[in-house]
Amino acid sequence: MSAPMPPPTTLEHARWERFKSKLGGWSLTTYGILAFAFLYLPIVILVIFSFNDSRSVSKWSGFTWAWYGKMFQDGQIMLSIWNSLFLAIVSTIIATVLGTLAALGLERYRFRGKTAVDSMFYLPVIIPDIAMAIMLLIFFNMSGIGFTPWKVNFFGARLAVPYSVIIGHVAFNTSFVAIVVRARLAQMDRTLEEAASDLYANAWQTFRRVTLPMLMPGIIGGALLAFTLSLDDFVITFFTSGAGFNTLPVRVFGMIKKGVTPKINAVSTLMLVVSLSLVVVSILISMRSGSEDSVTIGM
Amino acid sequence: MTERLRRHPELQAWLILAIPVIFLLIFFMAPLVIVFVYSFLERGKYGGVEWVFTLDNIRRVFDPLYFKTFVRSFYIAIVTTLVTLILGYPLAYFIAKSPPSRRNALVFALMIPFWTNFLIRTYAWLTLLRTHTGLINVTLMNWGIIDKPLPLYGNDFAIILGLVYGWLPVMVLPIYAALERLDESLLEAARDLYASSAKAFRRVTWPLSLPGVVAGSMLVFIPSLGAFVTPAILGGGKSLMIGNIISNQFLGAHDWPFGSALSMVMMIAMLIATLIYFRWTKKSEDVT
Amino acid sequence: MQRKHLIALIAILIIAAMALAACGGQATEAPKPTEAPKAQPTEAPKAEPTEAPKEGGVKPADEIVVYNWSDYVHPDMYKMFTERTGIKISEDNFSSNEDLLAKLQGGATGYSVIVPSDYTVAIMIEEGMLEELNHDNIPNLKNLDPEFTKLYYDPGNKYCVPYLWGTTGIGYNTELLENPPQSWEGVFKAKESDPWYGRMTLLDDVREVFSAALIYLGYDNNTKDEAQLQEAKQLLIDAKKGVAGYDTDNYEDLVGTGENLLAHGWNGDFLQAADEYGNIDYYIPEEGGTIWIDNMCIPKGVTPEEKLAAEMYINFVLDPEVGKMLGEYNYYATPNKESLAIADPDYKSNPLVFPPPEIREKLRFIKPLGEFESVYQRMWDEVKSAQ
Repeated sequence: MSAPMPPPTTLEHARWERFKSKLGGWSLTTYGILAFAFLYLPIVILVIFSFNDSRSVSKWSGFTWAWYGKMFQDGQIMLSIWNSLFLAIVSTIIATVLGTLAALGLERYRFRGKTAVDSMFYLPVIIPDIAMAIMLLIFFNMSGIGFTPWKVNFFGARLAVPYSVIIGHVAFNTSFVAIVVRARLAQMDRTLEEAASDLYANAWQTFRRVTLPMLMPGIIGGALLAFTLSLDDFVITFFTSGAGFNTLPVRVFGMIKKGVTPKINAVSTLMLVVSLSLVVVSILISMRSGSEDSVTIGM
Repeated sequence: MTERLRRHPELQAWLILAIPVIFLLIFFMAPLVIVFVYSFLERGKYGGVEWVFTLDNIRRVFDPLYFKTFVRSFYIAIVTTLVTLILGYPLAYFIAKSPPSRRNALVFALMIPFWTNFLIRTYAWLTLLRTHTGLINVTLMNWGIIDKPLPLYGNDFAIILGLVYGWLPVMVLPIYAALERLDESLLEAARDLYASSAKAFRRVTWPLSLPGVVAGSMLVFIPSLGAFVTPAILGGGKSLMIGNIISNQFLGAHDWPFGSALSMVMMIAMLIATLIYFRWTKKSEDVT
Repeated sequence: MQRKHLIALIAILIIAAMALAACGGQATEAPKPTEAPKAQPTEAPKAEPTEAPKEGGVKPADEIVVYNWSDYVHPDMYKMFTERTGIKISEDNFSSNEDLLAKLQGGATGYSVIVPSDYTVAIMIEEGMLEELNHDNIPNLKNLDPEFTKLYYDPGNKYCVPYLWGTTGIGYNTELLENPPQSWEGVFKAKESDPWYGRMTLLDDVREVFSAALIYLGYDNNTKDEAQLQEAKQLLIDAKKGVAGYDTDNYEDLVGTGENLLAHGWNGDFLQAADEYGNIDYYIPEEGGTIWIDNMCIPKGVTPEEKLAAEMYINFVLDPEVGKMLGEYNYYATPNKESLAIADPDYKSNPLVFPPPEIREKLRFIKPLGEFESVYQRMWDEVKSAQ
C-alpha cells in the first residue's frame, strides 16, 4: 500500500518517491527484457535447427546450409509463401477498414438492435474454426460465389488467389480488429473531438484530423493481429481454397505428415528475416521523415 | 444532408455500420445459419446430412463426457487467460512507457515471432520441453540441479504454457492500445493526489486500461477454450479439449450435424458469458 | 490540402490494385517442383512413351491438379510426365483421409487425381464420389500384381488403381532397447519395470489404435460388437499410464532421438527415419497389425479432358520404371509386379517393406463402418479424456 517506512520530512519523502519510481523503472525494463526473451526463446531454437545437418528438429548434429537450398528449389513452397503474404495483406486491409467502422459504429452510438449487432461481431471469434470452415465451403458451393481466382502479379510472383479464401479470412479477422479498436475507443477522451468540431465544424475533418490519429494505435494493433492470424490460419484456408491454391500453413500441415524436417524451419527463418527487414526499413523511414505524428503507431 | 445526419445519430450509426454489417450478414451469418440448420438434421453416412428433422444431436450434447470436457476446457482457458494477463499487462505497460520512437519497434518485435508458423513454433517448444531429450531437462541434469527429469511435457502445464505463449501478444496489443494514450501529466497529478504510486495505479491507470484488459482477456479466453492443436502436440494428445471433440465429429466420426450442434451450444454459452462479462466490467468501470 | 492528399492516396491505391489485377494475366503456371535436382541420375526411361489415346475427339487437358499426400512422389515424376505428354501437373496436399473426404463432401472441385487410402475409397465409391476408370486408357494396368486387382473395396479396379501400400506395427530404438515386446501385450499391459513404460507413443488415430487393441484381444478389428469394443476401450484406458502420448506426426523422430523407446506407427515412416538415425527397427507384433493401400482415383466432376489426362497420369505411374522410382524413393511397397521385377534387390528383399507371407496373413484392413464410427469416436473420446 503506502511506503514501508513513513519518511519524516517532505524533502526526504520526495527523494524516496523518486528512488521508488526509478526502481520501478528498472524492474519494468528488466521485466520487459525477460518477456521478450520468453517470446523469442522458441524462435531462436527454430532458427538454430534450420541449420541442422540431419532430418531432426530436436537433436543437433552439425551445421549445414542444405535445407535452405532445398527450400529455394521447392517451387511449391516459394509459391505458397507468396500466396500467404498476399492473402494476409489483402485480407488485413479489408478487415481493418471494416473492423474500424464497426468499432466506431458500435462504441459511439446507441441504437435499436445494438445488442444483436454487437453479438454478431463476437460470433466469428467464438465459433470453432472447423465448423466455420466447413460451412463456408458449403456456402460457397451453394451460392456459386467464390472459387474463381483473383489473378495478380505480386512482386513478380504470379498468383491466383480464390476470392473465397479472402472472404473467409476477412470474415474472421474483422471481429478481431473491431474488438481491439473498441478497446482503444472506449477510453478515448472525447473533449478533444468536441473541441475540434467546435473549431472546424466539419464531421469528416474532425474524424480525419482528431479521431483517426488518436485511434491509430488501436487500428495498427488490430491490423497486426489480423495479419498474424491470417498468416497462421490453416483450417479456414484449407477448406475454402479451391484446387491449386496453397498457403504456407497448408503446405506445412501436409509436410508434417511425412515428419517435421528442418526445411520447414528454414522456411520459417526466411519469413522471419523478410518480415524483420521490412519492419526495420519501414521504421527507419518513418523515423527519418521526422515529425512525431508521422510515426505509424502512437502519436 | 449533413445537418440531418448530425441530428439523427441513429442514421449516422447505420451509415457507418452498413458495410461491415452487410459483409458479415452475407459471409458469416449465412454459414452460421447452415450450422444452425444442420444441428437439427440427421447425419449423412460419411459427412453431409439427411434432410430429416431430429433433436437427437442437441440431446447428445448433454452427455456427461462432453460436459466434463467442457468444464475442463473452461478451467484451462481461465488459467491461460489469467496467466496471460499477469504476464501481458506489465509488458504492455513497459511498451507504453518506452520513448515514443521506440514503441513502434517494440510492438513489431512483439508480433514478429508469430509470423513464422504456428506448428513450427509449437515443435520448437517441444524441443525445449521433452522429458528425456528436451533442452531444459538435459541442461538441468547436466548441471546436476535435478537428477530426475521434470515433467514438462504431456500435461496441463505444457498445454497452458503453449497457449499462454501463443496468445500473449493478443493480450498485450489491446492493453497497450489503451495504455498508450495515458497522459503522463494525469499520472503526475494522480501521484500528487494519492501520494502513493500503487494507489495512483489503482485509481487512474487500471480503470483507464480496463477496456484493453477486457478485450485482451476475451481474445485470449475464447480461442484457448476452442484450442485443439496445442493440446494434441504439447499435451501429448493425452487429454481432450472441447475443440478436439468438435473437430473429431467433423473429421473422425463424419457426423456433421452433431459437430454443428456441439458448436452451436458452445457458441451460445460463450456468447452469454461474453455479454455478462461485458456488462459486469462496464458496471465496475462506472463504479471506479 | 489534407483532403487532397487523401484523395490522391485513394486514387493511387485503386490504380495500383487495378494494375496488379490487370498484369496478373495468366496465373498459377504449374509450379515447378522439378527444376530442382537436375543432377539426379534417374534418366527418364524413354521406353513405351504414353501415346495420347484419343477417342471421340476428346483431347487431354493441358494441366491437371493432383491431390496427394505431401512428399509422396519421386521428385522427378511430374517433370517426366510433362516431358512425355505435354500435360502440366500441379500438386495440392492434404494431411489426412478425413480432411480429404470432408473437403470433397463439402463440394470442393478442381482435382483430377486424388490419392485416398483403402477405406476412404470404399466410402467414396459408396457415396458416388468417384468416376469409373476407362481401362482402355490405362493399358499399364496389366503390370499390377494380380493380388491388387481383387481388392475388397474395388474388385477389378473399376474406380481406382493402387499406388503404394504399407503396414502398421511397432518401431523401436535398437540402441536403447534390446528386447522389444513381441506381443501387443507388452504395449497394452506394460509394467513399470519395462524400460519402455512411459516412453512409447500410440498413433493419434481412432481406428488404428482400436484395431491394435482388438487384434490383441483376438477380435475382428472392424467389429460392431459393443461388448468387445468396451473391452478394448478399458484395455486402452488401463494402458494410458504407460503411454507418453498419442502422436501421428513425429513419433519416428522421437524414437530416433531416444526420447521414446518404441512407437506404434507406419512402416515407411520408420524406414525413412532409420535411414537418418541408423538405430530404428520395425516389426509386426505376433498377433498381427494392419495393412493399408493408397490408391489413385478420379473424383466426380472432372471434365472429359481432365479425366483423360488423369487416366494418362495413372497409366504413367503404372509404368514399370516409374513404379520402381516411386517405391524406392518412399520406402513403401509397390503393387506393380513389373516394377518389382526390375527393382533394387535391397528394396524388394526388405522384409519391412514386403513382409513375408506368414506375416502377411496376420495383416488386417481397416474397413469403413458407416454410422457406427460414431461409437468408436465416442469410446476414443473416453479413452482420451480418462485421467
